[in-house]
Amino acid sequence: MNWTAIAAIYKFEMARFFRTLAQSFISPVISTSLYFVVFGAAIGSRIDQVEGVSYGAFIVPGLVMLSVITQAISNASFGIYFPKFIGTMYEFLSAPINFLEIVMGFVGAAATKALFIGIVILGTAALFVDLQIAHPLAMLSFLLLTCLSFSLMGFIIGIWASNFEQLQLVPLLVVTPLIFLGGAFYSISMLPPFWQTVALFNPVVYLISGFRWSFYGLADVPIFVSLLAIGGFTVICMGVIWWIFRTGWRIRA
Amino acid sequence: MTTIVEIDDLKKVYDGGFEALKGGSLDIREGEILALLGPNGAGKTTLISTVCGITNATSGSVRVGGHDIVTDFRAARAMIGLVPQEISLEPFETVIRAVRYSRGLFGCKRDDAHIEKVLRDLSLWDKRNAKTMELSGGMKRRVLIAKALSHQPRVLFLDEPTAGVDVELRRDMWKVVAELKASGVTIILTTHYIEEAEAIADRIGVISGGQLLLVEEKDALMQRLGQKQLCIELQQSLNELPEALADFDLDLCDDGASLVYTYDTAAERTGIARLIAALTAEGLNVRDIQTRQKSLEDIFVDLVHNTGNKEDAA
Repeated sequence: MNWTAIAAIYKFEMARFFRTLAQSFISPVISTSLYFVVFGAAIGSRIDQVEGVSYGAFIVPGLVMLSVITQAISNASFGIYFPKFIGTMYEFLSAPINFLEIVMGFVGAAATKALFIGIVILGTAALFVDLQIAHPLAMLSFLLLTCLSFSLMGFIIGIWASNFEQLQLVPLLVVTPLIFLGGAFYSISMLPPFWQTVALFNPVVYLISGFRWSFYGLADVPIFVSLLAIGGFTVICMGVIWWIFRTGWRIRA
Repeated sequence: MTTIVEIDDLKKVYDGGFEALKGGSLDIREGEILALLGPNGAGKTTLISTVCGITNATSGSVRVGGHDIVTDFRAARAMIGLVPQEISLEPFETVIRAVRYSRGLFGCKRDDAHIEKVLRDLSLWDKRNAKTMELSGGMKRRVLIAKALSHQPRVLFLDEPTAGVDVELRRDMWKVVAELKASGVTIILTTHYIEEAEAIADRIGVISGGQLLLVEEKDALMQRLGQKQLCIELQQSLNELPEALADFDLDLCDDGASLVYTYDTAAERTGIARLIAALTAEGLNVRDIQTRQKSLEDIFVDLVHNTGNKEDAA
């Protein structure tokens, strides 16, 4: 294992993040605050409680997931797409490193950034609502696995994309709707029975449900199903990446 | 001399069916400068890309320092530095950080002394803290070389290092290459300028249509292919060639104002002295004389044509 190379990629990617630290920090704080104003204060004042939790507190796990997933995807996809775009990909291909090391460097950095954003949002949320974390270890595991798996997914998108529009396509068309429909702002049990069944086909439901359980002990689906879902998703992404590097798809002629 | 890169029957067929390399074999000697000469689309870049791991070969094998580039890719690639044809650099990164990053990618521990030496040798030290996007084209290319040298490779591939570079910069580049050779690095460069191959290479490989037509010592090749033309400008124009000059391989040009004599520098006698004597005897006054090396294009035509004939005969 070429640890020096992994560290080099990781540091290089993190440096990009630190160059724009203010933006990286301020934008999630502002957007989270806006969500709290709109959903927490305006709408939340009319919704009393969801299963014993104040609405403002109820939406925190969903908000964190929303930002973490979006950030993980955009960081990882941009991170690997940029070398493709400017032509520096040749260096990764000609260096004595294998695919696993490249992925560890890029995905590791993207996941770290997403984790950082997630923590910032949690901190911001704590200013607005009374935050309880019933299962801190589970909370951390869900957070880490989400950062990792969606960074892997972002990496795949970055490899697949052949222009900047495509880079935005999957996040905008698939991921954001899935998160909004995944119970970020409501409990699945609030839906009519038919739509509850439909919702169970949305993978993000399992993620948000599990994450919310780690805060308030409330879940739409059993916790082990949530863990299985996020674990399975991580494995699928790893499999796709393994295949990409094996075949050189979109990378090596 | 030991062989450092062994290329054996290397073939590359792209997905569309285009055969970029048709099975060339080549041994590169340690410490030499090998110039791969060929027109655009000849397969030069494909050859380099395959050796460096950017393109997968369809068949055949490559060993660098005895290490197979597929089964033992870490050891093989650790020995190689690659300077690509296109200038591609992280625009917002500073020179020194970009070069350090390359060293890290190759798994080498940070070594500021070495990086400083590389940057100084390439006259980039003063620009070490400049962002790469602020540099001129020539400097950017030198940054690419610095990146390729950051991990102390024993073999350096330079893909068209002087394409689109002005004369002065080209000479600078030749100087850099000569210094690298002096430091013991084996250099393989591609070019379509014959003057470049002539100026710096020890051996020249001619590649065209995905085939390695020949690899020869530069001096031998230049001599073998060294047909030259002597252009004689006359004081009075001629309507036709005088009878007495019919024995010479002469052409009338510029409406009879000059004569072009084609001769072989490798031949025992070039016939120049005899020609001048004949001109004097004919009473033709010479205004000016110049000689011209055969162009690369001519050489290619000859080579490709000859190879074609051989194939037909076989």
